[in-house]
Amino acid sequence: MITSNRKPIVPDFMRPVAELEGQVEELKKLAPKNDIIINNKIARFQNQLVKLQKEIFSSLTPLQRLHLVRQSERPTTLDYIPGILDEWIELHGDRGGADDPALVGGIGKINGRNIVFIGHQRGRGTKENVARNFGMPAPGGYRKALRLMKHANRFGMPILTFIDTPGAWAGLKAEELGQGEAIAVNLREMFSFEVPIVCTIIGEGGSGGALGIGIGDSILMLEYAIYTVATPEACAAILWKNSKESLAAAEALKITSHDLKVLGIVDEILQEPLGGAQADPYTASQYLKKELTEQLDSLSKLDSQTLKKRRYEKFRRMGAFYEI
Amino acid sequence: MSLSNWPLKKENSEAYNIKNSKQITIPDGLWIKCFDCGLLMYSKVLKRNLKVCPQCSYHFQASSNERIDQLIDQGSWQPMDVHLISTDPLGFKDQKLYSQRLKDTAFKTGLQDAVQTGTGTMQGKKVCLGIMDFRFMGGSMGSVVGEKLTRLLEKATQEKLPAIILCASGGARMQEGMLSLMQMAKISSALEMHKKENLLYISVLTSPTTGGVTASFAMLGDLIIAEPKALIAFAGRRVIEQTIKEDLPDNFQSSEYLFEHGFLDLIVSRTQLRSKLIQILSLHNHSK
Repeated sequence: MITSNRKPIVPDFMRPVAELEGQVEELKKLAPKNDIIINNKIARFQNQLVKLQKEIFSSLTPLQRLHLVRQSERPTTLDYIPGILDEWIELHGDRGGADDPALVGGIGKINGRNIVFIGHQRGRGTKENVARNFGMPAPGGYRKALRLMKHANRFGMPILTFIDTPGAWAGLKAEELGQGEAIAVNLREMFSFEVPIVCTIIGEGGSGGALGIGIGDSILMLEYAIYTVATPEACAAILWKNSKESLAAAEALKITSHDLKVLGIVDEILQEPLGGAQADPYTASQYLKKELTEQLDSLSKLDSQTLKKRRYEKFRRMGAFYEI
Repeated sequence: MSLSNWPLKKENSEAYNIKNSKQITIPDGLWIKCFDCGLLMYSKVLKRNLKVCPQCSYHFQASSNERIDQLIDQGSWQPMDVHLISTDPLGFKDQKLYSQRLKDTAFKTGLQDAVQTGTGTMQGKKVCLGIMDFRFMGGSMGSVVGEKLTRLLEKATQEKLPAIILCASGGARMQEGMLSLMQMAKISSALEMHKKENLLYISVLTSPTTGGVTASFAMLGDLIIAEPKALIAFAGRRVIEQTIKEDLPDNFQSSEYLFEHGFLDLIVSRTQLRSKLIQILSLHNHSK
């Protein structure tokens, strides 16, 4: 699925694994084809390598996870869609003068059920990222999403959203066109829809830009994905007055899937293949497909009024306070 | 004095000078200089004019208590949920423990969190009113702000009352992490219920209204009113300047800028706010 053939950038914590992997490959090339002893030894190396990788991935810090999901090899919404849907058509335009490439959507079919999908779309490499605005939607993106969701609501199609953005676009034009208003209206309207909504955080869930398509009956999150109120860098700059404190900020903000499950913000954590979704995008998409199908099966048993009431109560419960 | 001591000497004398000038201007806030036009005025004059400069109509920040006095009929204010307190769900610590920061701010402001909610009458008409207070941790929105506003809107929906929220906030409260972000959703859901009953919701934007508050209930008013020259933004000006590396228009992210682009119904001076709200309420006859 990797379109360019340039060498992937390896994050620091993966470097030992990548180095050893390279060495094992070298050994394989050098080893005579039918020497059982040497081949056995190489196999043992490979096993140990897998173990090492598992160890590293089980103890990733929040900031390492953030770097992992920002890797350009990580599958994006449009990488998952063909693996998840039987057939699909991308739809365009907010009917207000724009078609935002950073937020995509369309209609499709998952296991025989018609759905509408919406997701943030990052690019790969500089050129594509500039075209996609690094997955940061303009107000028009959110209005396109709203338009598609209203379409889904009219035709009784469940809505699947895929969250993967550093945040809504912060720019002159975005302010002029009402970024705040566009997100706000989505938040309110998503509570009015009578069809099931399943949201999945597949990479980086950045603040209001993520929440703008993040109101659902089930909130799923990939194992290594993160979801945060402000990027650790911004938070460190504001609260610590020093952007170098982003490690501390990332720890303090509780942005990992496990932390958010404990806080009741995420319903399910989806397993990723060893090495993260980028190591094996196809398997990752199949895990995702299985869970989405199950969620849709159980949600579509509920009638629309129950669905809306559940959604309201789900978010109504969020918050921590005491009363004296 | 040796030459190498010279910078030291200069620093000291400067510090001395600042101290000196402070001593002159400090008779404890009795005289206030307008930040905009520099008019020097007696503090009671400013207060009598609802903290609006009589010369240039610069709007000083007003506390939630002052706002209640300015807007609601005397003696009709009935506060709600005054005893809700945040629990510091993440055990957050930056340069200071969040729990300690909460206590200190509560002590300083006499508030439990950054919003006051309640019911009151405006020229005899009952309304549900929420007023954010920027003095409490920059008016940031955490669980308590979210819960209080949600309860306020639920009450408004139940009793079929119009709701008014005065916004003054830097955005979501980072010290409560994702729970803060989810308050945007929670309040918006309560607004959806309120809207479904065909009830009126007016949001009044005061300086500053930014971030998560702008991206939720601030921009969801059936009617949106702002005070003159208020800062209203989604993203901070500095963030935008850094990304586009260009100078921004002077009035960028001000009430006037938003008005020009069609996001506000009215810009109303604080001195006119009460009468304008009363007029608007009277034009929406709610008692069916």
